[in-house]
Amino acid sequence: MKEMLIILFSAILVDNFVLSKFLGICPFLGVSKNLKTAMGMSMAVIFVMVLATAITWPVFYLLLAPYDLGYLQTVIFILVIAALVQLIETFLKKALPPLYQALGIYLPLITTNCAILGVAILNIDQAYGFGESMINSLGAGLGFMLALFLFSGVRSKVDHADVPRFFKGLPITLVSAALVSIAFFGFKGLIENLFS
Amino acid sequence: MAAKKTVSLGKEISKGLILENPVLRLILGTCPTLAVTTSVKNGLGMGIAATFVLLGSNLVISLLRRVIPDKVRIPAFITVIAGFVTIIQLLMEALVPSLNESLGIFIPLITVNCIILARAEMFPSKHAVLPSLAEGLGMGAGYTAALILMGTIREIIGNGTFFDLGIPGLQAGGYIEPMLIMILPPGGFFVFGILIALANKLSDKAGKETQEDDTICAGAISDQTACLLCGGCSFGRSGVQNQLQADEGVRRMAGKAKPDKSGDGGDNA
Repeated sequence: MKEMLIILFSAILVDNFVLSKFLGICPFLGVSKNLKTAMGMSMAVIFVMVLATAITWPVFYLLLAPYDLGYLQTVIFILVIAALVQLIETFLKKALPPLYQALGIYLPLITTNCAILGVAILNIDQAYGFGESMINSLGAGLGFMLALFLFSGVRSKVDHADVPRFFKGLPITLVSAALVSIAFFGFKGLIENLFS
Repeated sequence: MAAKKTVSLGKEISKGLILENPVLRLILGTCPTLAVTTSVKNGLGMGIAATFVLLGSNLVISLLRRVIPDKVRIPAFITVIAGFVTIIQLLMEALVPSLNESLGIFIPLITVNCIILARAEMFPSKHAVLPSLAEGLGMGAGYTAALILMGTIREIIGNGTFFDLGIPGLQAGGYIEPMLIMILPPGGFFVFGILIALANKLSDKAGKETQEDDTICAGAISDQTACLLCGGCSFGRSGVQNQLQADEGVRRMAGKAKPDKSGDGGDNA
């Protein structure tokens, strides 16, 4: 149980996917403009991350590893994720229209989100078991949400600030992301102390 | 597009280097750009790996451009790209294990790098083999150049070294202590922001002739491609007046995403 909590919290705070691992930067910069889209995107990411892990982990350990096909990992994983996203979309549209309304437009954007493929590969690289992988994916997704949530707040201020002309738009966004990322350093060392 | 077909090979190569530099002008593929540029060596390695994949996939996609049905083109492109990524992954594991180690997960993640998918969609799927190769080479070179530039800045300031060689006076105990923060994640965001601002300024001086088509975002993308939100489009080339374009992009994506499902849902993958 303790290990699970450690994995969960370090994925959310210390090894935050966006701010310290640089995964999923594109949606982080692209949709953090307002809180509503940021939350929609994060929910979709958490959803797909957890489901993708639930499928890629068994695929790797039951199909690829026994037959020494580990080198096909990248190809298989991205195809699984692409197919999964498509399936989820079709399923939600038919079965849960309200959820589809909320997540629908973000789903197609998720296949090429490197955080999804990233978490699937990292789980294998770290040799996590199934339970740990699921927790790690959940933590990664929640961390993504936290970063997006905090940063959309920062951005709503930054967008109204009077910055030098050439810094408008992306450059000032990146510089403020640097500051938010520094803030996340505050969590280093937290985990060991929290659960010791 | 029609005008582009007659463009010389040399021009295809050079445009990727400066005018349409994938990192600094089109803002594609930000994740690896920020993550691996802690040193020049990593930047160079990543640049070469991506260039290899870009050349390979441009070649194959251009050869297959009449065979791949329009509806499944994105999955088809991704499969081709993933194939080349696997090749480079195995090659690097065998030939340069230490570099492979330090680039880590970002090698397999070349698969979802927007530079490659976006360019596949824009160029080789519409052009013959030679121009496609030339433009792949140009984009790859531009990507590598930008990574080296960022790696240089971060390594010199953050570590006091260049290509692992110590720079006198910048080491610990020298005139200026290395600022570790530059090779940590915040430094990546910071240097990247400054470089883009610089690129904006320079291109602004050089005049506006770089403005192209009426596409929302020159770096990518037709309406369906998932890369739309890859930063490339929300910010686009001239950073300054792009707020509207970004909103328009999201709106178009949203509007497009719904009616599309029945017909060419496969495109979104």
